[in-house]
Amino acid sequence: MTGPVTILGAGVAGLCVASELAARGVDLRVVDPQPQPGPHACSWWAGGMLAPFCEGETAEEPVVRLGQEAAAWWARQGVEVTRNGSVVIALGRDRRELDRFARRTEGHAQLDRDGLSRIEPHLGDRFDRALFFESEAHIAPRAALAHLRASLERAGVRFEREQGSVAGTVIDCRGLAAQDALRDLRGVKGEMAVLRAPDIDLQRPVRLLHPRYPLYLVPRGDGVFMLGATQIESGERTRATLRSVTELFNAAYALHPAFGEAEILEIGVDARPAFPDNLPRIRRRGDTIHVNGLFRHGFLLAPALARMVADLLMQGTIPEVMDEDHGER
Amino acid sequence: MVSFYGTEVASRLMLGTAQYPSPAILEQAFRRSGAGIATVSVRREAGGERAGAAFWDLVKQLDVKVLPNTAGCHSVREAVTTAQMARELFDTPWIKLEVIGHADTLQPDPFGLVEAARILTDEGFQVFPYTTEDIVLADRLLEAGCEVLMPWGAPIGTGLGLTNIYGLRTLRAQFPDVPMVVDAGLGLPSQAAQAMEMAFDAVLLNTAVAKAGDPAAMAEGFGRAVEAGRLAYEADPMEPRDMAAPSTPLIGKAFLE
Repeated sequence: MTGPVTILGAGVAGLCVASELAARGVDLRVVDPQPQPGPHACSWWAGGMLAPFCEGETAEEPVVRLGQEAAAWWARQGVEVTRNGSVVIALGRDRRELDRFARRTEGHAQLDRDGLSRIEPHLGDRFDRALFFESEAHIAPRAALAHLRASLERAGVRFEREQGSVAGTVIDCRGLAAQDALRDLRGVKGEMAVLRAPDIDLQRPVRLLHPRYPLYLVPRGDGVFMLGATQIESGERTRATLRSVTELFNAAYALHPAFGEAEILEIGVDARPAFPDNLPRIRRRGDTIHVNGLFRHGFLLAPALARMVADLLMQGTIPEVMDEDHGER
Repeated sequence: MVSFYGTEVASRLMLGTAQYPSPAILEQAFRRSGAGIATVSVRREAGGERAGAAFWDLVKQLDVKVLPNTAGCHSVREAVTTAQMARELFDTPWIKLEVIGHADTLQPDPFGLVEAARILTDEGFQVFPYTTEDIVLADRLLEAGCEVLMPWGAPIGTGLGLTNIYGLRTLRAQFPDVPMVVDAGLGLPSQAAQAMEMAFDAVLLNTAVAKAGDPAAMAEGFGRAVEAGRLAYEADPMEPRDMAAPSTPLIGKAFLE
């Protein structure tokens, strides 16, 4: 069945679903109050790591498996995907965290100082051990969102500011805003920062393990780095706190003291939409299909979810992450 | 049954609610462990207009007693304000009082702890102070109105177990009638069992379960260990002795003297 389809929300979930459906020839429109991707969507603040194996440290199996589709999907859309892996390190007294991380993940190689120096010379001076996840990748989230939207517009997909009257199937990809319909959806606050540190050269995402202040750092080119991210059980979408930002900056400084001279370009905050098991859902309710709960895995899982939504609509294939209900009072 | 401030609780295991991979796994950990009390941090999650409410609702649905805490507070004023907020959010006079004195090791600030405990008891709180094994400090906390003590096993998050057995034994012996919960530093169920064998009334832990590869299984392990340790204590264990003592007579051997 392929009647007209309305997609609510033009964050990463909405744009990925739209791209997948448009590619399969579905007549669709996308409704979002904002004219362009921007800070109103939590995907704007994302790291853009396509790191399914690293996420497997805490995330459940579907995240690792479905996340492996992501890099190829983004590349097919014409988004620039940097496929040079990711690196995981720990400071001296937290070295055993590295053993734990290695036990709980797959797809990595152990590097000694020389091995690390060869791929990341600026870290080889400071760390004598690392895990290298060679098959992982990363993208620049804001450029990726803009690219999808522009491609869709070129393909004739209508973007509208207001929903108006709706006929046919609605795919609700509004993220946390869909709390009005999904009572088991909650927000998980995240704070991030963007720094310019021209003295530091890193080629790939780096995760610094720490029992209290884990940090990841994604190079954006031109000496710019995204630093993330806190994870606080709160639906608050504003108010980056001094404590959180201090922790992020401290961790970056511990990773490499040259970050001490970095310019602070941006401090960001938003809340990720999540279900109680932190796994995404495709939830069918009458003519509406909710795609939500991508938690910290928007860019990693939206491609797989988009594929499943399209398979559901076009072929009636029931997705593995689907549930169905009839609304809640 | 164990009783804190006149409230009886069936389980002697208390679990923290932070750092789990997801709220769903947190819930499984509580179910499988049988824990009777959940500690909840409110300092950081509160935000504006109760932004943490969705998570707190999940905790309330666990159907256990909630013990809000002042984790992350480094001053008396901060701890008191957080306690007041917690009382309003969870409608309970219970507060696990943490006043951190050393940011790196999260060691309690004994001076701030006593001061905050006094203020809070005066305001009608029932205070569970996170303290060290120091008996003088314990005495001051009791003077300040605390009726429960929560000495550490080891610094928070280390998983080292009971690092000062002598100190903990002394504390237990000095105040035999005060309910005491070994809080923090436990990494393995055997360490929890050890604390229970030493006549502590309960244990509280978080990281050891939340950061395990299978938190729900580890929680069950702790639940059983706490029961085992308590049973052992109640059963009045044998005294250790230096020489082997055959439990059946060895025929043809004289007494070894």
